[in-house]
Parts: sequence; C-alpha cells; structure tokens
Amino acid sequence: MDTIRHAINRDKNLARLLVVFLMVFILCTALKGSMFVSVSNFQSMGKQFPEFGLLSIAMAFTLFTAGIDLSVVAIANLCAVLMAKFLSIVIVPDMSSSAVFMMIAAACFMALAVSILCGAFNGFLIGVVGITPILATLGTQALYTGFAIVMTNGSTLGGLPKQLAATINGSVAGIPVPIIIFCVFAAISAFIMSKTTLGYKLRMLGTSEKASTFSGFDNVRLFIINYVLSAVLSAVAGIIMLGRFNSAKADYGASYLMEAILIAVLGGVDPYGGKGNISGVVMATLIVQMVSSWLNMYEDISNFYRQIIWGGLLIFVLIYNYIVNEREKKQAMKG
Amino acid sequence: MQKTVKSTEFYVALIILLLCMAIQVKSGQFFTGNNLVDVVRAFLVPAMFCIGEMFIIITGGVDVSFPAIASLSMFVVCSQLEDVASNPLVFFGVAMFIGLMVGILNGVIIARFKFPALIVTLGTSSICFGIMQGVFKSREYPLCAPLKELGEMKLFSATNPVSGLTSNMPIGFILMILLIFLGWFILNRTMLGRGIYAIGGDVKAAQRAGFNVFGILLFIYAFSGCMAGLIGILRSTMLLAVHPNNLEGMEMTVIAACVLGGVRMTGGKGSVLGAMLGMALLTIVDNSLILLGISTVWQKVFTGAIIIIGTAASAIQAKRNERKLAIKMSEGGNWYGYNQTCNK
Repeated sequence: MDTIRHAINRDKNLARLLVVFLMVFILCTALKGSMFVSVSNFQSMGKQFPEFGLLSIAMAFTLFTAGIDLSVVAIANLCAVLMAKFLSIVIVPDMSSSAVFMMIAAACFMALAVSILCGAFNGFLIGVVGITPILATLGTQALYTGFAIVMTNGSTLGGLPKQLAATINGSVAGIPVPIIIFCVFAAISAFIMSKTTLGYKLRMLGTSEKASTFSGFDNVRLFIINYVLSAVLSAVAGIIMLGRFNSAKADYGASYLMEAILIAVLGGVDPYGGKGNISGVVMATLIVQMVSSWLNMYEDISNFYRQIIWGGLLIFVLIYNYIVNEREKKQAMKG
Repeated sequence: MQKTVKSTEFYVALIILLLCMAIQVKSGQFFTGNNLVDVVRAFLVPAMFCIGEMFIIITGGVDVSFPAIASLSMFVVCSQLEDVASNPLVFFGVAMFIGLMVGILNGVIIARFKFPALIVTLGTSSICFGIMQGVFKSREYPLCAPLKELGEMKLFSATNPVSGLTSNMPIGFILMILLIFLGWFILNRTMLGRGIYAIGGDVKAAQRAGFNVFGILLFIYAFSGCMAGLIGILRSTMLLAVHPNNLEGMEMTVIAACVLGGVRMTGGKGSVLGAMLGMALLTIVDNSLILLGISTVWQKVFTGAIIIIGTAASAIQAKRNERKLAIKMSEGGNWYGYNQTCNK
C-alpha cells in the first residue's frame, strides 16, 4: 500500500512539473512567438543546460542524503584546470589527430580520477570525521578552488587543442554532444536512484541516519559513494565547460551553485533528505533553461533580473511544496 | 582551570599566539604598530558580521544573505540619498531600515515554515543582489561628502619607523567594540540569550519551557539584517568609495570563523570570545602570508585547510564526548544492569 501511495506521490510531483513546463512553454511562445520556437534558439538552449543540469543532479544526490555539496562548482573548475594544464604540457605542435584524441581521453580520465578523490575526501570528512556537510564542503570548496588558483596563478588557461572544442560543440545526428552526455549521465543517475539497492539505501540514509545505522547499513561507505557520485557528475560538467568556453579558470560559473540548489529543490528534492527523484530534477533543469532563454530575448531586461526571479522562485517553490505537503498530510489523516 | 584549558577558545588563542610568533620571527614585521592596525582594519568588518551570524548558528540555522543585504543597502543609500541628506546618521538609519526589512523577511519565512535557513537565505541573497544590480544598476560609485568626511576621520595612526608606512585606525573600531559588547550582553545577560541557546539545544524543549520560538528566531534574523545594513555603510566609509561587489563571498569566511571559534553548527553552543578568536585567526592568516614569504595564490588553500582542520577537531571532540557519555551511562548500570549482576 505504501509503495503504491509512494508511486502516486512521485508521479504527482512529475505531473506538476510537466504542467509547469507546458505552461512556461506556451507563455514563452505566446510572448515571443517565432523567436522562441526556432531551431537556433533550441540549439543554443541545448548547448547551455547540460552543464548546470549535471551540477544540479550532483547537488540532488547529496540533498537525498540530507546533505549538501557546496564544492560542486569548485570540483568542476579544478578538473577543467587540471585538464587544460595537462593538455598544454603533453600536446606538441606536429602531433597526429588521433594522438591528440588519445591525449584528450587521457585528460578526461585524469579529471574523473581526481574528482573521485575529491568526492571521497568530502565523504570521508562527513562520514568518518563527522563534520556537518555544509561545513565540510565549505572547507573543500575553498581548498579545491585554492588548488585551481595555485595551478593557474589566478589567470585564465587557454590554448587548448582545437579538437576538444570541436568535439564538445559538435553534434551527432543533429543532437549537440553536451545533450548526449547529459542524457547518458542523467539516465545512469536515475537508474542508480530508483532501481538499485544503493539508491534505496541512500534514500534511507537521508530519511534517518540512525534508522540507517540500525538497519545495518554501512553509513560511512554510503556517504563516500554519495559524494563521489556528486563529484564525478561535477567533473563531467567541468569537462563540458572546458570545451564550451575553450578555456579554464578557477572561478568560472560561480552562479551555478545557487542555480543547482534551486533546480534540485524546484525538481521536488526535499532539502531535509529522503525525498525526490532525478526525473524531477531533469524537468526542472529544462524549465529553468527555458525561462532563462526567454528572458534573454528582452534586450531591455538586464541579466541581473534573473537573480531576482531565481531567488523568488526558490522561496515560492519551498512554500508551495510545504502547503501541498500539509494538505496531503491532512487528507491522509482524514482517510 | 581544567575547563579553560580544554575549551576551544583556549586552543584557538594558543594557535594565534604561535602563529604571531612565527610571523614575527620570520619577518620581524608582525608586532609593528602599523601592521597591527592593518590587521585590526581587516578584522573589523567580518568580526562585526560574526556577531549576528553567531546568534543564528547557535539556534541551529545559518545566514548567507548578509553580504547581499549589506551591499544592497550600501549601494541604495549611497546612490539615492546623496542629494537629499547631509547628516551621516540618516544614511546609517535608512541602511539599517533596509537591512531590517530583508532580515524580517528571512526570519518570517524561516520561523514560520521551518525551512532550512541556508536555502532560504540563498534565495533572499540572490534577490538582493538582483535588485542591486538590476533595478539600481549598481557600479562602482563615489562616496558622498558627509560619509567621506566620516571615513577620513581616524582614532589614531601608527607609523612604521623602518618602512615609513602609516596606517590609520578607523572610527568604526568603536562601533565594533559596541557591537561585540551588545552581542555578549544579549547572549549572557538576557532571557533572549537563554532562549537563543535553548532553541539551538532543542526547539521542542525550548517551546515547552515557555520561550517564544517564533519571536526569538524573528529577532535574530532581523538583528542580523539590520546590522548588515549598518556594516555595509561602515565598509564604504572605510574604503572611501562604494564597491558593490566587494563583500561577495564573505559569508563563507564568517561562518568558518564562528565554527573555528567553537560555535557549534548544529546549535546550542558558542561564545562571542570564541567567534572573535576564530575571525582573528582567519584574518591573520589572510593578511600575513606575504610577511611569511608565501605567495598570495595560496591564500584560498590555507583558508580551506584551516576550516577543514578546525571543524574536524571539534567534530572529533564532540564524537569523543558522546562516547564517554555512553560509557558512563552503561557503567551506571541503567541499560546493561543485568550484565553486571550476571558477572557477579
């Protein structure tokens, strides 16, 4: 019975997001017409959302366990900086194209390996040492950004091989590469979260750490896996950012942190842990991207109004979810 | 005596002392008058932010919106009141009022719905920066005459006989002392202070004990916002110009300083002295890398490492205390009493 109710609740959240999505789409189309519904607009949207979409999923994973990961953007930048540095060292002018691709692949593996270390360190601090997630990731955010600054001396790293930008900005069968990467990682994340025992355990850990301990789950291991997953997704976002900007810097994408939390909460992830799913986060990513692109079409609306809208929306969604939950609770009591 | 030696404040003070000695030995510049004034100047603004933030952390919340509140009220007041007012008090008053309003908004949302304070204040922070940059089109702005006059006043100045550099102690120093005293007084000498600790310890118990939880939470967020408005103006007088993005990111330093000084993130514990020592440690590290001959690019790495080591130390200590408590209880025979009878 509980599982059925759970399924309905989950679909309710998704259905609600779908309605919002359609409403926003219709509104944007009505107000901007052919400018909004154009191939070029969809293409540019498709290039933008994967990076912060991945960061939002990374954030969502840690919110599931009632934690938070403030270091996602720092990890993304650190990985991008490392790759840029590595590529600038190993690539010599008259290298064959296939060798360059080999080097790019090696750089990607290196970035992923480093992100696993970063995530494991976060998980270690939270699970073993027992620091609250906000503080632990606050510290590592400064630390990882610090390493990136040391490596770059605070400047922008450029001079990347053409092949990297060409691959990331290219498309396969008309679909931009970042979207394909996003879809693959979103699908894997959704699978882990809803179809595996690991996802179930993470949700339990988020619902109650004590209950999870007494159920015999290894909480330390779960925390480490959780933050490693978050870090790996951040690293992938970093790789995409490296290709899109064709450069790396220690403090790119500072506003993404706020956006990632907003999208995760908007997608129905409960910041107190235990509730939410990846499909909601993906839906919320698309909604935010749509609003963002639509706002871009008004030349007289400054970029900064977006900040007001995101902040207001975050608080509005929190209150809205609260009211809906209260009503459901009351109904459940009556029934 | 033993209690003093075991406290976080004692350890932080010890570390500060050792650090100062090390810098002095390496550079011979730390205990010069102008360097000390420079360190206090750098300490002043974040230390004032610490007081409001500390109240909030003791109740188990966290506020990341105060840099945005301070920047917003600073820019709005300086750019809009320039031709209207000539008394600096008006500027301070209006800035504090703007801060108070945003603080009340924070407080009402957090206290009424019991949302995570971090996420709510992230939202209001984004709104404040958005209003400042979008509606008021913020940019670097010259400081108006009455505030500039205020900023050029000084308590005293210290000159380094070797390098010839002079540093002035701003009059904001007095404000900082007043605010620190106010913070100490509220926490240690009023019922409100007890309520703040009680909420951090256990909200339900505080409610049963008769504390007005909603009112207290509203007060601390409103206080933090109001003070942020004041500190914003103070900052602009110290810089002699309005730099709207200058405070961004300071929330992280302030939170870290509080926690380093023994303010517990889960609430219920912390002292003004501890928070001030924590801030002093971070300020000295930030300001003295050059004196130690370390490139400033390492600054963030050091800050991060200090946050991690400091919070890890207190987390490990908390865990150890918990274990001791559990052992004591089991020895008392309350839970495992039957074991003891079996052994006999």
